[in-house]
Amino acid sequence: MTYTGFFQQYLGQDWGYFVATITLILLIALPVMLGVALAVYFDRKIWAAMQMRRGPNVVGPFGILQTFADAAKLFLKETIVPSGANKGVFIIAPMITFTLALIVWAVMPFDAGVVLADLNVGLLYIFAVSSMGVYGIIMSGWASNSKYPFLGGLRSAAQMVSYEVSMGFILVTVMLYAQSLNLSTIVLSQQGNILGFLNGNIFNPLLFPMFVMFFITALAETNRPPFDLPEAEAELVAGYQVEYSSMAFALFFLGEYANILFMCALTSVLFLGGWLPPVDWAPLYVVPGFVWMLAKMALMFFLFAWVKATVPRYRYDQLMRLGWKIFLPLSLFWVVVVSGWLMFTGHFASIPR
Amino acid sequence: MRRGGRTRRAPFRTAPSDLKTLVTAVFAFYLFAGIVLLSGAATILSKNPVHSVLWLILAFFNAAGLFILLGAEFLAMLLVIVYVGAVAVLFLFVVMMLDIDFAALRAGFVKALPVGLLLAVVLVSELLLVAGGSVRVVAGEAAAPLDGFVGMTNTQALGSVLYTKYLFVFQASGIVLLTAMVGAIVLTHRQRAGTKRQDVGAQVARTPASSISNVKPVSGEGVSL
Repeated sequence: MTYTGFFQQYLGQDWGYFVATITLILLIALPVMLGVALAVYFDRKIWAAMQMRRGPNVVGPFGILQTFADAAKLFLKETIVPSGANKGVFIIAPMITFTLALIVWAVMPFDAGVVLADLNVGLLYIFAVSSMGVYGIIMSGWASNSKYPFLGGLRSAAQMVSYEVSMGFILVTVMLYAQSLNLSTIVLSQQGNILGFLNGNIFNPLLFPMFVMFFITALAETNRPPFDLPEAEAELVAGYQVEYSSMAFALFFLGEYANILFMCALTSVLFLGGWLPPVDWAPLYVVPGFVWMLAKMALMFFLFAWVKATVPRYRYDQLMRLGWKIFLPLSLFWVVVVSGWLMFTGHFASIPR
Repeated sequence: MRRGGRTRRAPFRTAPSDLKTLVTAVFAFYLFAGIVLLSGAATILSKNPVHSVLWLILAFFNAAGLFILLGAEFLAMLLVIVYVGAVAVLFLFVVMMLDIDFAALRAGFVKALPVGLLLAVVLVSELLLVAGGSVRVVAGEAAAPLDGFVGMTNTQALGSVLYTKYLFVFQASGIVLLTAMVGAIVLTHRQRAGTKRQDVGAQVARTPASSISNVKPVSGEGVSL
């Protein structure tokens, strides 16, 4: 009995499908929102631990409800639309950021077969949605009709477009190994891929450099420190979100952290073997794949928080130099290296011609 | 586990076995096509150029929806990645940064009208020509794959044609794009005299020994460095 079949049995063919899909969407979106709340809390806790502070510790046990208190406070504030703002675009921009941050989860496999839409162009879908993410920021920056948001929006647009190019090439290297754009197939192709017992592209000497580069690119794509130039508080106050308050600001904040969590999940799927245990050993498969996936996401999120606490912010011209002059040539060269190696070792022999 | 495994196909790609699927497909087609037309009209009617670009992006996005309806998911994603994700961002960038004089734009309208009308007539006649020679496909039903491509995904089929049969044309179009890029850089790049360039290697290679020196200044004389 499939999940959809269960509903179709009681509600008929069409309504059963409809209700099943809606509940599945909620089953992904609500945990993502909860995950964002917890991620913000852990982010602050890790950051505090690095600086030998206590961090949030007042609301709830260990301060775990701090994010919910902050959210409740935000929702009760007044939404302010500046008089000089371009109202329609100003209001739509945070909605776009938030919606894109949620719909990208549709193709993420959490366990074998546990995926909302198993597209055979899943990786391209992710790439398309993340390349649209820049609009929320650039539109909010322009519509605010204020110089700091505008500068932040322009910076962010340039930054995200620059790093997307090398991210595309990094995805190509993984794609060449898996010979598929489907995320589930990419995960399954990593089963015992190294020496017959290690699961995960990260153990592959050819793909390990790509893992490091993907991590840095992900930092730049999600505007995380050390690449948080769009909202550099020292220069731009808070960048594109200066003029936003209340719910609109909360949507930006939620979208940003949902994107970070998604990048953690994507890194797990592409390089850490997704829902598979790190070693292809039967007793490890007793632990549900879902738990492995969450553990890998948590590990990646710890790395994100670690970098935020330890690395100083890049200067803008150096950010661009890193993206165009180092990452782009290196990732392009690595695509040639990987495809050459795969050609040499006969990896492509099974492809129909 | 649930959802009946991975072989489940998207609802629009299956043949319209019943009327409901057909109705859904037709409804989706008219939704996407209607939004494409409306946002296309809004693109040229908007007074604010930034709004024009935003409407254009909506048109691109819904055109991608039409591609998905045809079962061409690779083309749909490529349209979003290339046009929405890259080209339109640059449009938006330029339009936002430019200080556009709206009155001057309006003044040129009458003067440019004959050329515009001529272009419109050419484009419409081209569209009619294409429409005359097109193959009719039943709504909601993807066209049957050609021999030799059965069982392949769109991505595999496109790759196996582009990199074998049309390899030279494909590479030639790439060279045309490369030439355009090099040309644009050559035309716009200028060397300004007196700019200070940063040499990251030299910066990293600096050590305290080469940049710090201890001196004992004599009172009233100072130090010459």
